[in-house]
Amino acid sequence: MSAAIDALTIVAVSAGMFFFLAGTVGLLRFPDTLTRLHALTKADNLGLGLVVLGLLPRAAGAVGALKLICVWLLVLVGSAAVSQLIARAVRAEGPSA
Amino acid sequence: MTTWQGFDIVLAVLVLPLAVWTIAARQTFVAVVSFVAYGLLLALIWVRLSAPDVALAVAAIGSGLSGVLLLGTAARLRDVEERAEAARPSVAVRATAAVLSVAVAAGIAAALLFLSDPAPTLAPLAAADLSRTGVGNPVTAVLMAYRAMDTLLEKIVLMLALIAVWSLAPDRVWGGRPGPRHRADPHGMLVFLARLLPPVGVVVGIYLLWVSADEPGGAFQGSTILAAMWLLAMLAGVADTPPVGGRRLRVALISGPAIFLLVGLGGLWLGDAFLAYPVAWAKALIVLIEIGMLLTVSLTLGLLVAGPPERSAQQ
Repeated sequence: MSAAIDALTIVAVSAGMFFFLAGTVGLLRFPDTLTRLHALTKADNLGLGLVVLGLLPRAAGAVGALKLICVWLLVLVGSAAVSQLIARAVRAEGPSA
Repeated sequence: MTTWQGFDIVLAVLVLPLAVWTIAARQTFVAVVSFVAYGLLLALIWVRLSAPDVALAVAAIGSGLSGVLLLGTAARLRDVEERAEAARPSVAVRATAAVLSVAVAAGIAAALLFLSDPAPTLAPLAAADLSRTGVGNPVTAVLMAYRAMDTLLEKIVLMLALIAVWSLAPDRVWGGRPGPRHRADPHGMLVFLARLLPPVGVVVGIYLLWVSADEPGGAFQGSTILAAMWLLAMLAGVADTPPVGGRRLRVALISGPAIFLLVGLGGLWLGDAFLAYPVAWAKALIVLIEIGMLLTVSLTLGLLVAGPPERSAQQ
């Protein structure tokens, strides 16, 4: 059982790291604000979600696990809202590099 | 090398260039953004130094609230930025500033490097009398009991700062509402966030105050989160800024220091000295003071960011 949990942690956290890396590469390489936002939010949300998923079995009890999920949900709300706001600001000002 | 040492090295490698960049950045906005990122990394460093209370304060106040204040400043300075850029200070002024900054940095570095080993500490004394304060978190004991006088004066300084900001208002709007009336799209993202987040933020803010008796947290950190929620509601136009002449607002603003002073004077009468809490009541009194502080500090921080009154109470 513990080997399965270890495997879950390793796979999920590694996959999460991959998405973080992909998001960072996208942020650096994509040509304009909207595509950069797309790279960042998708990858960070999924990346953090996978990291949280991988850490869940290691959390200190149910409350600890719940806190981890809350952190992920708050980041989801925050980054989704902020990227919407940035995108609107970009649309209002016109596209720029 | 352990994983933690590697993590510490990565933190140091990230934070130092960011600090240099914050100073070197030509645009005010860029400097502010990197200052906020620098503050968040600094919070992680405090966690690594086993000082979670300081980390919370740095993240909430040093990075978050100061960041908002500086962003507001950057926005107001945008129009004159080019002119300020054109008028560069003379070589002598810049050289003097550089020398003074290096001297301060060298002084701090020297103080750190030549610290006696083991460093002088009052920690054993603070831990020895912890049970007499009724709280389990030594940081809270220092702030609210051993050095309660400093904390009281800090609150009063904060109030003076608010009065200074208010006094920038022109006469005709004195007592009016700070800042413009923000109007956001009622079906937009900002309003959605301003309705969704405050219930969570208010719970977290009060929780930080409540656990600070025994765990890392604190009234100041909690207040910052409450103030942030209030500011979010103000920015989204869900709540208007209150007229600063309002009686209820002013009573709320002085309630924190007033409770603190009353408890302090009570100590003079019932206990041994000013701000000496009777041992049996210590924890209850500390929590009472902190609740007053939470109200006052969150209002003060929110109003500090909102700025001086700009329009009359009716507008």
